[in-house]
Amino acid sequence: MMELSQRELLPGIKLTALQTNKFKTSMLAFTFLEPLSAKTAAENALIPAVLRRGCQSYPDMLSMSAALDDLYGGAIEPMVRKKGETQCIGLLGSFLDDCYIPEESNILESAIELMAQLLLKPAGEPLSFVPDYLESEKQNLASRIRSRINDKQQYAVYRLTSQMCAGEAYGVDKLGEVEAVEAITQEGLWARYQALLVSSPIQLYYCGAAPIARVEAAMRAALSALPQGERTSSTATVTTQASTQEGAHYFEDHMDVLQGKLVMGFRLDASYTESSAAAALLVFNAIYGGSTNAKLFLNVRERLSLCYYANSMADKYKGILLVSSGIAFDQYEKAKDEILAQLDDCRKGHITQQELESARRFVINNLCLTADAQGRLEDFWLGQAVVGSDDPPNVLEQAAEAVTLEEIQILAQKMHLDSVYFLQGKEGETL
Amino acid sequence: MIRRHYDTIDETVLEETLDNGLKIFVFPKEGFGKNFAFFATNYGGMDTRFCAESVWCDTPMGVAHFLEHKMFDTKDGNALQTLSSNGASPNAFTGAALTGYYFEGSDGFEENLDTLLSFVSEPYFTEESVEKEQGIIGQEIQMIEDNPNWQVYMKLMAALYREHPVRNSVAGSRESIAEITAQTLYQCHASFYDPSNMVLCVAGDVNPKKVFDSAKRILPREGKERVARDYGAADRPEAHQSEITLSMQVSTPIFQLGFKLRPAEDGAERLRQKLLAELLCEAWMGSSSPLYARLYEQGLINQSFFYGYEAYPGCAFLLSGGESRDPAAVREAILLEAERIVKEGLDTGLFMRLKKAAYGNQVRALNSFEHLCVEQARSYFSGEDIWIFPQMYARIQKEDVERALRDWISEERTAMSVIRPKGAGE
Repeated sequence: MMELSQRELLPGIKLTALQTNKFKTSMLAFTFLEPLSAKTAAENALIPAVLRRGCQSYPDMLSMSAALDDLYGGAIEPMVRKKGETQCIGLLGSFLDDCYIPEESNILESAIELMAQLLLKPAGEPLSFVPDYLESEKQNLASRIRSRINDKQQYAVYRLTSQMCAGEAYGVDKLGEVEAVEAITQEGLWARYQALLVSSPIQLYYCGAAPIARVEAAMRAALSALPQGERTSSTATVTTQASTQEGAHYFEDHMDVLQGKLVMGFRLDASYTESSAAAALLVFNAIYGGSTNAKLFLNVRERLSLCYYANSMADKYKGILLVSSGIAFDQYEKAKDEILAQLDDCRKGHITQQELESARRFVINNLCLTADAQGRLEDFWLGQAVVGSDDPPNVLEQAAEAVTLEEIQILAQKMHLDSVYFLQGKEGETL
Repeated sequence: MIRRHYDTIDETVLEETLDNGLKIFVFPKEGFGKNFAFFATNYGGMDTRFCAESVWCDTPMGVAHFLEHKMFDTKDGNALQTLSSNGASPNAFTGAALTGYYFEGSDGFEENLDTLLSFVSEPYFTEESVEKEQGIIGQEIQMIEDNPNWQVYMKLMAALYREHPVRNSVAGSRESIAEITAQTLYQCHASFYDPSNMVLCVAGDVNPKKVFDSAKRILPREGKERVARDYGAADRPEAHQSEITLSMQVSTPIFQLGFKLRPAEDGAERLRQKLLAELLCEAWMGSSSPLYARLYEQGLINQSFFYGYEAYPGCAFLLSGGESRDPAAVREAILLEAERIVKEGLDTGLFMRLKKAAYGNQVRALNSFEHLCVEQARSYFSGEDIWIFPQMYARIQKEDVERALRDWISEERTAMSVIRPKGAGE
């Protein structure tokens, strides 16, 4: 029911295509994979937003949205994602499959052509972006970066990551920082855009009902205008590791909030991207804090009633695990101690067979759900592209079946606390 | 069993009504490994005053949500753990008018469905477990009260409505939940978690007969009368207050605009109001509208701008919002644009394209099993057949949208809420 094809269409340009009748829509993605760096993050993040404003055939918002509406509510979104130390930028599209269009038509070719136009033929004078588009998207990006503070849970994770990994590529936010956005010039951004077009590895993605040959032909035609330069075909980026065995760092901020946000960052000092290592990390995360059966949920929330949420999130690319919890200000020590005590239990192998099995089932179910959800599949395959793996979700499922208690225990022993962040109430106030 | 096939959208729905009054809908999804089950009661944060066995009861704010948390407790442990041990991802939510419990799973569907039906229908509360939950929900309330998007919505409800309970927080307050006891929970469960007041929706490659059989086997054989509810005195058609503002630690002002509508009768009228209202929003301020392009180009709105229609028993409204450096200017521009369209009429080409796009967006949403099940439950409770939307769209004319804009929208029925950034160093 689902056919997968992965092929390098041109040097450094890889198409992952899934043919299936499961969905009512086709999903399309054009993504550049760039090393994450403080120097280029803001420019890279800005490019898709500026491109999305218009192309030579549809040079403004009104003509662009009319073209999309004509394709039965086609959607094209600028995308910026971070996978470990790789910044993934580009356009993500969603269009009805032909059989749901009331009249006879082929919208796939039009959709691919439209996305490629946005990517390759921006509106404006030759060799520049429309100055108004550039300025207004700069302002939008800067305001989006500033608005990180609005969501305190996300903000706390951002503050921990940027301080714990200061000086490492991983510490750079996917959107960059406001100062870098403000410093962007027309010439600089155009040069960055050209660099992407000429040398950045490109991931193309399709998932929908059309035969793969038809998708390939449309992609080749649409990308014929792309300059062929020194494009690296190997996309796997090396993740750096900073050795920080000398004890934990503590950070805090004060804000006028009702609830404190605690984030703790742990390091494994290695990537866990190979499928069996990735599966072990997923299972460990489900045991420790990534599910409603996890030690953190059952103890920090259910047994001690300290919080509404206490989750762990693992990043296999970097080999980092973050624990995030919202607590009353005066419960900081108690929550932190309990989070560490639960990790200690894992290190000592205090994990029941039942905990292991339910974590395993949780991980396998999630991978199975990935195979049935268009958006999750796209993100999964992008992640595989970043690490240079062709393994589909079921290879990870098999690897998860094989994870042993000993592996989990060893993994927990390798995990060491690097940094602790606490978002506190207003200075001088205690609750 | 009734079988319906909707050609245009290629969806099949099987419908069964049990003797106890429970309605069941199954969406057969051949070839899918995943499955989704949604068990919901027509009971939410709004339903605090009701008549059970001819006695009117007033319950504290937040009981429906508190119940949702505590329902997972079983005599032998906790259903969250039972379901996730079996590989399913369980969760639940409480809205103003609905509480829903669900799991998304793959293998073990029948066992998981049994677990879902059992824990939602068999209450088990103790004073200790209720007290413990007060700590957890207390933290949940602190968390949402720190969330500016939640605050701006609640302030908008308070500005639009003087009486209607949609203005109250579904989770209640730390004070209101302190009044909740095991007894309160048992009473509300008995009143609202009756099969005749509930619906079960399932999507997946499942055996429908087994779904019906499980429900027959596990749930009570007989249903009860539905309880009457009181939503307070009728509100005036005008907004209660024109504007409410609040200061919080945010980077730019966050605003929401609400336009109070007269709620449609349950049934087809309600669906028509929803589809018409959504088209109206698109034509008026949607991402393809001239107004949107202008406000975006002026830097008055950004990608966070949204708009939509919401309706609950006894109330209906349009809302839009996002971040803006000048919310008052956005409000003024939106109201002026409504006047302009009423005067000049809508562009025919734009209207035709919007209908195409609205159809496409509704079809896209059907990819999600969660969407299918949740929308089916909501529309069942309000007496609609939501899957006839392609035919309904076909009947909506440009003049209908123009007329709705003229009849529905006015300055007096508009309210705005704004979260302003706290001064630096404050």
